[in-house]
Amino acid sequence: MNSMDSMNSMDNTESANVSHAQQSNYNFAYLDEQSKRTIRRGLLKAVAIPGHQVPFAGREMPMPYGWGTGGVQLTASILGEKDVLKVIDQGSDDTTNAVSIRRFFERTAAVKTTTATEEATVIQTRHRIPEQSLSNDQILIFQVPIPDPLRFIEPSETETQKMHALEEYGVMHVKLYEDIAHYGHIATTYAYPALVNERYVMDPSPIPKFDNPKLHMNEALLLFGAGREKRLYAVPPYTKVKSLDFDDHPFEIQQWEENCALCGSDNSFLDEVIVDDEGTRMYVCSDSHYCSQRVAEQEQEQVSSSHSQNKSEDLA
Amino acid sequence: MYVAVKGGEAAIDNAHQLLAEKRRGDGSVKVLTVKQIQQQLPLVVDRVMTEGSLYDPQLAALAIKQAMGDVVEAIFLLRAYRTTLPRFAYSEAINTDEMRIERRISATYKDIPGGQALGPTFDYTHRLLDFSLLEEEGVDDEIKEGVEETINEGTKGNSTDDTIRKEATAENLIMEDSSQSCSPHYPRVTDFLRQDNLLQSHSSTLHSSKTNSSENKTPVNDTQKSEAENTCTDLTREPLSYPADRTARLQALTRADEGYLLALGYSTQRGYGRTHPFAGEIRMGYVTVSMMVEELGFAIDLGEICVTECDMINQFQGNQQQPPQFTQGYGISFGFCERKTMAMALVDRSLQAKELGEAIDTPAAQEEFVLSHCDNVESSGFVSHLKLPHYVDFQSELELVRQMRADYQPVPNEEPAVTTPSGVANE
Repeated sequence: MNSMDSMNSMDNTESANVSHAQQSNYNFAYLDEQSKRTIRRGLLKAVAIPGHQVPFAGREMPMPYGWGTGGVQLTASILGEKDVLKVIDQGSDDTTNAVSIRRFFERTAAVKTTTATEEATVIQTRHRIPEQSLSNDQILIFQVPIPDPLRFIEPSETETQKMHALEEYGVMHVKLYEDIAHYGHIATTYAYPALVNERYVMDPSPIPKFDNPKLHMNEALLLFGAGREKRLYAVPPYTKVKSLDFDDHPFEIQQWEENCALCGSDNSFLDEVIVDDEGTRMYVCSDSHYCSQRVAEQEQEQVSSSHSQNKSEDLA
Repeated sequence: MYVAVKGGEAAIDNAHQLLAEKRRGDGSVKVLTVKQIQQQLPLVVDRVMTEGSLYDPQLAALAIKQAMGDVVEAIFLLRAYRTTLPRFAYSEAINTDEMRIERRISATYKDIPGGQALGPTFDYTHRLLDFSLLEEEGVDDEIKEGVEETINEGTKGNSTDDTIRKEATAENLIMEDSSQSCSPHYPRVTDFLRQDNLLQSHSSTLHSSKTNSSENKTPVNDTQKSEAENTCTDLTREPLSYPADRTARLQALTRADEGYLLALGYSTQRGYGRTHPFAGEIRMGYVTVSMMVEELGFAIDLGEICVTECDMINQFQGNQQQPPQFTQGYGISFGFCERKTMAMALVDRSLQAKELGEAIDTPAAQEEFVLSHCDNVESSGFVSHLKLPHYVDFQSELELVRQMRADYQPVPNEEPAVTTPSGVANE
């Protein structure tokens, strides 16, 4: 068993702290079992109807609405004692809200946590899909602020429900068309709407459209939870997900002229960082685990090559 | 070399420590006790209980202390605690007809059976700062005792129990005001109107929650819910769906942010609505909560809670099915939240536009607008989430704006586009 000190260490791979969880007067993973069961019933329905928003009786969670309560409730409902949990926000394990949510489950469920994408059985995310591809024994849980992709076109819930029921998605294409007419290209960059299983248009949560292709035929189960709006939905493994577009204006993802300044990756989502007062920019991977893993691999290679060839190379 | 941002955990720990220090304030000043908050800031305790949806003055006071007086934060704390409590059963509908009255006023009739009683109200106080309250406790206490003695003339004023003392005070005032024998029953102003069919009937708008006498005494619990006709929607157990029935609306409004309801209610008076309200009756006092125990076959009393209730009477022009009559807006809260209940009654009436066939052309009449945004735990959460990192989305927008600027063709004969800030690194 780990000591309390491990709670403060930056390495969370082994920080599941049973004694800590036992101190708390709450049920395993916070929610009572009945609430969890209600949510799991909703999840079953969501899996059965890919992309369809299922209402559920969201509970108040001890973190504010808008800070991931939907995702937290889903995670709490499906988490078992043997699960290994990873939590990311903006692709990183170390952003404050990711730390906070990971700690929450360390405290209330004492599950093992990790930062390694491949080790996790459950990954809760905000705004990103990990660069590394997922496997069919993993579940990715998205935190969703506004679950209905039609909301910004039609504010009324009563209306949007009808539109979903009737597959009345023309307005979505009109919106994209207006972008093209105005700007010459589609001007939606994140929360890019996608058609799930050729039936429901879904808001993939505010992930950059860069991540949209990863939704398609993903091996992992993708679950989406919106706590404040009390909706959940799912994309089961190996489901078709098509980002909305036109034949003559096909869907495109973001591209950078730069590579990651740390690991040199040329195919990951890059965050722009301002590094001095003059506003000099540098670009680094948004997926912190992916980046650090690549850096570690490169260092490994470097060490072995310098051993064999006695030659050192400078990494920028 | 640049290293990706680390240190989230340490930063959070430090922030929590600073928060604790901030909460304590200057160590040379005595610690504020939960009991003091409960006793001496009762109105904020009442608001936290009402919007926190949990009747527990002690925990509400604790939440206020922990939240450093941030009421919305305190409400959130109480809600988050409440949601973990097991749900055994639903109580019987409370019967406010049998309220042990502390305050009762009507703006529609000069005199009403049972009398009017002002109770502990700010009304008719002159809002002048009472500088004597600046004095330290000792002096303050003496003044307080003196006041109590005059109020409690002729009653057992030295009782140690605050509740009992207040009760005695109120009964006393009622007797003085109405010169009637003190009856435990205070007939409802709206019922007099209803007798003459001048006011819409209960059944036309909702089932229970309006707690009127025995007709609504249907035991409700999770399993039985569907069978009973007079059941209430429970928003803590099922998501709000539209169109919402009136019980759902009333529950949402009771939990709703006071400021929000106040603004909406005000808007109906000022011109964004035509509901012409009269405060038919406002009453505040104690009611018994009882619960039906199936094994026993009868209801047992669990205790008393303090509530404030407002019956607002509004005009209705009538339509092809119904002759003109008055309609009603209803507000209720835990404790003494009079402003909240009045605003709630106004908004409740506005939201009946749909049932009454009125035009829905004002913000306060739009059910989805009102109900989807009324909960301050939800709204403050979502507004405050803008503090969270949005690096990824912002990056996406940044790229887009750059692309759009690159494509931008200024219209000839106009001022050229503003110079690009700092030349933008990658171009």
